[in-house]
Amino acid sequence: MSTQSGAAGAAGGGMVRPVGIVTDIATVARRSVRSLLREPEAMAPALIIPTFFFIVNIGALESFVERSPGIDYRAFQIPVAIIFAVTGISRASVLVIDIQTGYLDRMLVTPVRRTTLLLGMMVADVVLALALSLVVVAMGFVAGVRFETGLLGILLFLGLAVAWSLAFTGFPYTVALRTGNPAAVNSSFLIFFPFAFLTPAYLPRELMTGWMQTVAAWNPVTYLLEGMRSLLSDGWQAAAIGKASAAIGGLALVTFVMAFRSLARRVATG
Amino acid sequence: MPEAVLTGSDDPAISARGLVRTFGSNRAVDGVDLGVNAGEIYGFLGPNGAGKSTTVRMLCTLLKPTAGQATVAGHDVVDRPGEVRIRIGVALQEAALDERQTGREILDLQARLYGLSAADRAASIARAVDLADIGDAMDARVKTYSGGMKRRLDLAASLIHGPEVLFLDEPTTGLDPVSRAQVWDEVRRLNSELGVTVFLTTQYLEEADALADRVAIIDGGRIVEEGSPSELKRAVGADVIVVNLPPDAIAGAATVAETVPVVDAVTQGRRGITIATADGAAAVSSVAVALSGAGIHPQSLTVRTPSLDDVFLLATGYRMSAVDPAADGGGAAPGSGSRAVAPGSGGP
Repeated sequence: MSTQSGAAGAAGGGMVRPVGIVTDIATVARRSVRSLLREPEAMAPALIIPTFFFIVNIGALESFVERSPGIDYRAFQIPVAIIFAVTGISRASVLVIDIQTGYLDRMLVTPVRRTTLLLGMMVADVVLALALSLVVVAMGFVAGVRFETGLLGILLFLGLAVAWSLAFTGFPYTVALRTGNPAAVNSSFLIFFPFAFLTPAYLPRELMTGWMQTVAAWNPVTYLLEGMRSLLSDGWQAAAIGKASAAIGGLALVTFVMAFRSLARRVATG
Repeated sequence: MPEAVLTGSDDPAISARGLVRTFGSNRAVDGVDLGVNAGEIYGFLGPNGAGKSTTVRMLCTLLKPTAGQATVAGHDVVDRPGEVRIRIGVALQEAALDERQTGREILDLQARLYGLSAADRAASIARAVDLADIGDAMDARVKTYSGGMKRRLDLAASLIHGPEVLFLDEPTTGLDPVSRAQVWDEVRRLNSELGVTVFLTTQYLEEADALADRVAIIDGGRIVEEGSPSELKRAVGADVIVVNLPPDAIAGAATVAETVPVVDAVTQGRRGITIATADGAAAVSSVAVALSGAGIHPQSLTVRTPSLDDVFLLATGYRMSAVDPAADGGGAAPGSGSRAVAPGSGGP
């Protein structure tokens, strides 16, 4: 059964055509990146917190930790600063507003592919994570930190940071889609603390003791930090980079399954 | 499609059969049948919670029916949602717009979501900018807009791809009278000049009366009346007599009024009774005499032509408007003629 007048008919609009998934992602991403650029103030906490901890940790612990031979504590702290900067950033707070205002419904009555509503926002997350990581790396350079692995190492270092950030966005997106509640999305930030602190953030793992050492061995952030530190201080260490990548991949698998299943549930018409 | 009757140029723009939607044990929509002709403005009138929005969400592919079947612009809403989506425009309750974007950016995003090519996009956006008619504000953030401006932008955005069928869910709720009149003009113009079929839900009687070619009255998830506003009002009777009474006199007055020969139907409310009659001028004196003879003294007695509210009252036993002196919110007593709308009202 064909249509009566064709979609271009009634109001004289343009011809509607099916578009590819990349176009849909670009459409959603365009809006997300634009709103990101309009709120640069939202970046402030993501930069102040890591800068604060970087300065305080170095001031408090640098001379103490550097008693152990072979540790450059400033290089040791740069990956920690990056994790603090990029973990938990997401557009979930925008998504939850879209749900509340009905703007998500407005998009859902268009032919846009449902998965791209999340993927497009994640593009903006990647942009923000990269910008934050660049600032932290620049701060490291100012503090005298150098990369043993050169330019390629810096690029991989940034790549790991951004990939980690993206893998973590699955948590807030899941909360946003499940609850539709801004307060719950804000609270999802709390999950950052065990991930960030139950790790060798302050001391190398071999100097840690007791339950902390055991817990850290199960925390993916441990392997991320160690992989990133290897790029700074040890040169190319395939095993360390492999473990860091596996940690990110494992987390991404879990959080993306949760987030996209939550999206499917949210947009389900049943 | 077992009962599809979509043939030739008589294809309905919207058709639904036995549409049901339950939420837990609540049957929000409880067996809705409707047919909307192409090019028609169809008003879906009912109080809050009657099932209007749930019906619209099913027709717009946002919600799956629990039972029943519906086609919009020739395609099944469950089996072919993608085909339906590119052919409909939707403005849901309370203009849903991203406040941090400008009007122009929202129109651009909307055009891209429909996959319009660059050239089509430019032309569509230019048309939508004209349509919204909000001047320089088009390049300001939406958070600076008034309620009326948001509504106009919302309407323009929902038309960006030239839909065949436009769904408007309570388009004027919360608007001031001037903005409301503007939206009405716009809806009329879209319909008459561009031939867009409009499905409009409203809780305002005067809105359905002013805009709709045909009206369905929905209450408790069911369509209780359907027809053109004039048909529906004619079916109530030529005139309505509103009798204001003390509470303890209402039941007695209804019994007395029903015995008056020219009275067609009597409905009880909290503050009085409403009488439908073919000849108000003749009936009013008979009613007054009969009441007086029974020792009942009305506080007031008014004759007027029927409104859609009277149609609603006769169909449901209560008034949509809470301001009418005679009857509001009070359920009609069984057997008091509350279902007395005459045949030929075009009901399903």
